[in-house]
Amino acid sequence: MPDVAGTHKSVAPIAQRLDAVESVLADRGLQPAEFVVEATRLVEERWVPENGARIVARAWTDPAFRARLLANGRAAAAELGFELPRHHRHLVFLEDTERVHNVICCTLCSCTAFTLIGLPPDWYKDFDYRARVVRESRTVLKEMGLDLPPEVEIRVWDTTADTRYVVLPLRPAGTEGWSEERLASLVTKDSMIGVARIAAPAA
Amino acid sequence: MDGIHDLGGRQGFGRIRHSPNAGPFHAEWEKRANALYGLAVRVGLLNMDEYRHAIERMAPRHYLSASYYERSLTGLATLLVEKGLVTRDELERLAGGAFPLASPSAPGRGNVVDAPRFRVGDRVLVRDEHVAGHVRMPSYIRGKRGVVVGESPPYPFPDAHAHGVAADDEPTYDVRFAAAELWPNGADDAFVHVAVFRSYLVPAP
Repeated sequence: MPDVAGTHKSVAPIAQRLDAVESVLADRGLQPAEFVVEATRLVEERWVPENGARIVARAWTDPAFRARLLANGRAAAAELGFELPRHHRHLVFLEDTERVHNVICCTLCSCTAFTLIGLPPDWYKDFDYRARVVRESRTVLKEMGLDLPPEVEIRVWDTTADTRYVVLPLRPAGTEGWSEERLASLVTKDSMIGVARIAAPAA
Repeated sequence: MDGIHDLGGRQGFGRIRHSPNAGPFHAEWEKRANALYGLAVRVGLLNMDEYRHAIERMAPRHYLSASYYERSLTGLATLLVEKGLVTRDELERLAGGAFPLASPSAPGRGNVVDAPRFRVGDRVLVRDEHVAGHVRMPSYIRGKRGVVVGESPPYPFPDAHAHGVAADDEPTYDVRFAAAELWPNGADDAFVHVAVFRSYLVPAP
């Protein structure tokens, strides 16, 4: 590893730096090893995109819920038992239509509604996405496989404060009469970030 | 600060390494890094604005070469040293080598006095300001005009909250900018929305 600190010592491997920080926290009686287990369980089992998918599927099937969701995302998510961290005081669902496509990002770091769509994927935190999606939105979406018709207006949302945004994607054609549960199975993390539309199911 | 983290609109970057349904972690150590900063926030050793600012203060060469979770660990370690929980020497002894940390912070600031309130539909101008400490105004909107499309409840003011400066909470406004206003003749046609703290805005003349 390069000597980024400008010292003559070589930089300690990342695992040893982690051990050092963990031992500082352990010396304060904070039980970091136990917390790693708890935090990882939250990430892998509780904060999963299936949460957001349930909200989206309910909005697709229940117009009154959809109206409440668009008016106050936090309260509507809470109706289905989904809570946000206290500091995410405001949740905005962004309604896609045939003429409007929404996409979220965080140019300054990595902010997302992680309790609803899961922790952000690696590419969302990469410099390429953060730098380019606000300025080259249509080009970036096309590169990622979403070639929007030219008449579709693109709305990019940069998560620069603690308000959180989630895209409410278009319900795909060919799903008339589907149950909420079956609809939810179509909804992906990418579609709630806004870099994909949900494909119609194969006939 | 006009730091290296402020990437929106920077040119020269490449294709997104997009992998559908990518998981949040790629290595076991990343799970630990993710948990340790979360623990520090939970027990009140630091707040999210301090944490974000510590990452922003990393030397640009280090910031750009480090992975996401290495940046997270560096921000956490920097704050543990700055808050006196451990010395840098002790941290390096524990790590068995050099432990690069972020650069020191400039002072923070309080709310702008008499910042105006806005309503949805109001036309606004982002103040042409250069803030030395933490700020959540991406540089690509500085001095630009937009329209308010939403308002949040009050949040801690990051410019103060990252520095232990007392300040009132204030709302953010979701402001819609035309990409052509932000980068004339240099952007794909779109609207770009940014959550802008009240202190960063004035009415558009």
